[in-house]
Amino acid sequence: MTVFSLGRIWAMLLRYLYILRSSWPRTLELLYWPTLQVLIWGFMSQFFAQNSSYVARAFGVLLGAVMLWDLMFRSQLGLSISFLEEMWSRNLGNLFVTPLRPSEWVISLLAMSAIRTAIGVVPAALIAIPLYHYSIFDMGPPLVAFLAVLMAMGWAMGLAVCGLILRHGMGAESLAWTVFFALSPVSCVYYPVTTLPAWLQPVAWSLPQTYVFEGMRTVLFQHVFRTDYFLTAVALDIVFMALGVGIFFLSFRDARHRGALMQMGE
Amino acid sequence: MSEPVIVVDNLVKRYGATVAVDGIGFTVERGTTAALLGGNGAGKTTTLSILLGLLLPSEGSVRILGENMLRHRYRVLPRINFSSPYADLPHRLTVRQNLLVFARLYGLSSRRERIARLAEDLQITRFLDRPAGKLSSGQKTRVALAKALLNEPEVLLLDEPTASLDPDTGDWIRSYLEDYQARTGATLLLASHNMAEVERLCAQVMMMKSGLIVDRGSPAELIDRYGRTNLEEVFLHIARRADAVPEPVS
Repeated sequence: MTVFSLGRIWAMLLRYLYILRSSWPRTLELLYWPTLQVLIWGFMSQFFAQNSSYVARAFGVLLGAVMLWDLMFRSQLGLSISFLEEMWSRNLGNLFVTPLRPSEWVISLLAMSAIRTAIGVVPAALIAIPLYHYSIFDMGPPLVAFLAVLMAMGWAMGLAVCGLILRHGMGAESLAWTVFFALSPVSCVYYPVTTLPAWLQPVAWSLPQTYVFEGMRTVLFQHVFRTDYFLTAVALDIVFMALGVGIFFLSFRDARHRGALMQMGE
Repeated sequence: MSEPVIVVDNLVKRYGATVAVDGIGFTVERGTTAALLGGNGAGKTTTLSILLGLLLPSEGSVRILGENMLRHRYRVLPRINFSSPYADLPHRLTVRQNLLVFARLYGLSSRRERIARLAEDLQITRFLDRPAGKLSSGQKTRVALAKALLNEPEVLLLDEPTASLDPDTGDWIRSYLEDYQARTGATLLLASHNMAEVERLCAQVMMMKSGLIVDRGSPAELIDRYGRTNLEEVFLHIARRADAVPEPVS
């Protein structure tokens, strides 16, 4: 018996790809919100570029922020939606009488999240190039670092949300869509951390995404990549990922104690 | 003599103050069919869930195919399978897609050939490309059985395998299970409250009530012991008894 099987991970990934392929409205929905966001923030950026010195100094400061924020949200949501597919179809009982391990399932969820995120965010980023003459890809290698940090944080939150749904049932389903936005005011997506009251700033600095958005502004305004920001964000990612993984696996074990794997669903 | 394929010892499952399974023990010999028989809430499905590793017991042990299920279930799971009409396959995938996913989860190499053969055996070929959610109850049951037989399990656990089926389809499923067992020597354990099914298929019956095994034996022994004419009468006698009395320890 293989301890860890790529074949089983691929089996689960295939399942989620079949679901995605089975419904074109769902695929379209992946594109819809990121594209809409880029359209709105692109026009706002054009307006602010003529009326605000802040945006005039770096046109992409708002567009880049909205794309990166959306990427993090899509990472979390992409993971949670694939997880919820199993809950909606009451399929956990079928899956976990096979040799599938929870860790293999989690990896397939992460892989599917990356695919869903790419389908949603990449076209939106490409649309901004002809429309606003802004390419987020011009950030170069720092963009890769930002993406990695944000996706890891999105996954950490997604795993924690899935754990809470496993623990509390489908009544907690709305967490998948809402909990993420509770962090937006302190993530400093569109404004510097110094905008926040002094007492709230330590909260902002405890989140990895804050370092990404501050780092992005440093790249755009000063053309400097802050390695210290990046390393701190990676360290915080590790902490949040450990928390997310811990919550998920504890909830999974708890579900086995409560018999929830057989019963859970809509 | 070799160890029985299923060995359950002093199995207890508590949910807070509620005791769903109350210290039951039983064995099932290789190549035989046994049944957990009891009314709703007797503890049958809970017992099956523990055997499958989906539910952790409060106390007790389960050995399947010589392995401790609580410690080494991943050694056992590739060799067993499960079917229940209450665990539908995902509705939006086609039957073929569902079967392909599960075939990969079991690490089968000739997946398409295996699915084609099972589809022919179980007469589901013509709706392999139909979404699983658009099948009738009888079709769903046959598809669920195909899923359960993908890995040609040595131990097959079945939760009410013919529930909500018309008599003809139910009979067809029972015949198929008999053929499968005769061909492979598999061990079958089913939870049921279909007396005719149990009488026909099972060499050994564990009568459950309120989480206890209150009696056990072959269908003929139980009918004889209670002075009844069929297993349904035995079931009704036990179900209507005021209390659940554990069987005497021999």
